[in-house]
Amino acid sequence: MVQPLRRLKESPSQTAGPYVHIGATPNFADIAGVFPHDLGSQPLDAAVKGERIVVTGRVFDGSGTPVKDALIEIWQADAEGLYPGQGEKRGEADPHFPGWFRQPVDGATGVYRFETIKPGSAPYFDGRPMAPHITFWIVARGINIGLHTRLYFGDEDEANAADPVLARIEHRVRVPTLIAERSEENGQSVYTFDIRLQGENETVFFDI
Amino acid sequence: MRNDPTSQQGGSFYQRDRSWHPPAFTPDYKTSVLRSPKYALLSLGNTVSEMTGPVFGHDMLGPLDNDLIRNHAQTGDPIGPRIIVHGRVLDEDARPVRGALLEFWQANAGGRYRHKKESYLAAIDPNFGGCGRTITDDEGRYWFRTIKPGPYPWPNGVNDWRPAHIHFSVFGHAFAQRLITQMYFEGDPMIWQCPIVMGIPSREAVEQLVAALDRENTLPMDTMAYKFDIVLRGRRSTLFENRMEGN
Repeated sequence: MVQPLRRLKESPSQTAGPYVHIGATPNFADIAGVFPHDLGSQPLDAAVKGERIVVTGRVFDGSGTPVKDALIEIWQADAEGLYPGQGEKRGEADPHFPGWFRQPVDGATGVYRFETIKPGSAPYFDGRPMAPHITFWIVARGINIGLHTRLYFGDEDEANAADPVLARIEHRVRVPTLIAERSEENGQSVYTFDIRLQGENETVFFDI
Repeated sequence: MRNDPTSQQGGSFYQRDRSWHPPAFTPDYKTSVLRSPKYALLSLGNTVSEMTGPVFGHDMLGPLDNDLIRNHAQTGDPIGPRIIVHGRVLDEDARPVRGALLEFWQANAGGRYRHKKESYLAAIDPNFGGCGRTITDDEGRYWFRTIKPGPYPWPNGVNDWRPAHIHFSVFGHAFAQRLITQMYFEGDPMIWQCPIVMGIPSREAVEQLVAALDRENTLPMDTMAYKFDIVLRGRRSTLFENRMEGN
């Protein structure tokens, strides 16, 4: 007999269910007084460096219907491309920038909205620069294991063309599903990033 | 936690075993039919974007955050079986994951959730909110006190009921470890009839989500206890990794 590797198995995922808001955003779910505010919903500190942007969009199911009970988390680098959390070995990120935000989609319209900054470039594991991007994690009723994807910016054509992750997408017709279109709203940059869970123009999801 | 040695020593995370987790498409759980991607996932080696994660300090916790019996009490204690849930958060190499933020949410003893989109006729308990959170200690341990949730009917099949369960959201040391799952209770026959549970391919994997009744940690004449350990992805040693900055 060979020696066993004796590694534990990861706890299996289960859906977050329709009432994920009770645990993740209880104030949004009208459960007041337990937590002072919903984690990840804090406004951006005025001292955060970088260009203020809005990221918004909807999540659609395979019939084209907006998903109205999804919860979205985003994780991103600061304006210099440094991550503000654990595991960042390259230097100290902007201390005012949390890097992580969480929002439920609107229960009536399905629209989500984050106010953040445009991230700088961070390196791929071989050292090549990745284009600026925001990691998305989507959970909802009907999603058995959280879906990872990335938002890239529609006004970063050159960086996107050189991005080593986008370059790995064999079916080039799918690349635009990760590119958020830029528009202006009251002088502020707004990036619209719709996520299609299934079917036509299905968003690229990653096994990370 | 920023300087936690366990978050510094590791390389990339072990690949997730997606034959152990439920697949996206589990048609007996009807909502998954239109919410499951049809294309294959694109495999992406871990980059700094996945190997980093947010920090949550103990200073964010209120004194009742891990006490669901008291954190929404208005006129007294909630009704239902009083339980302690405790366990450890470990990685796949059985190392403790310290400083992990756990969030949990659940229905009350009658199976009723406190949520505006919920219409089950079982009564709301005025003294029960159903949410809590805690952060693991240096050995990866956590505990909280609550009321054992009741089973709950849901519009899937015409007569489908969820087993008693508590939802868990777990933040490890990196976004690659992010996990949401559900805890079930030892001996509940409804576990094996539930389309959400049975989306998990193997019985062994389901059993990993079933908390054991823990008589040794039960408080006599006060509160029963259940033990529920959670395992997050482990990570490679960096001994032989030849990766550039950004690993």
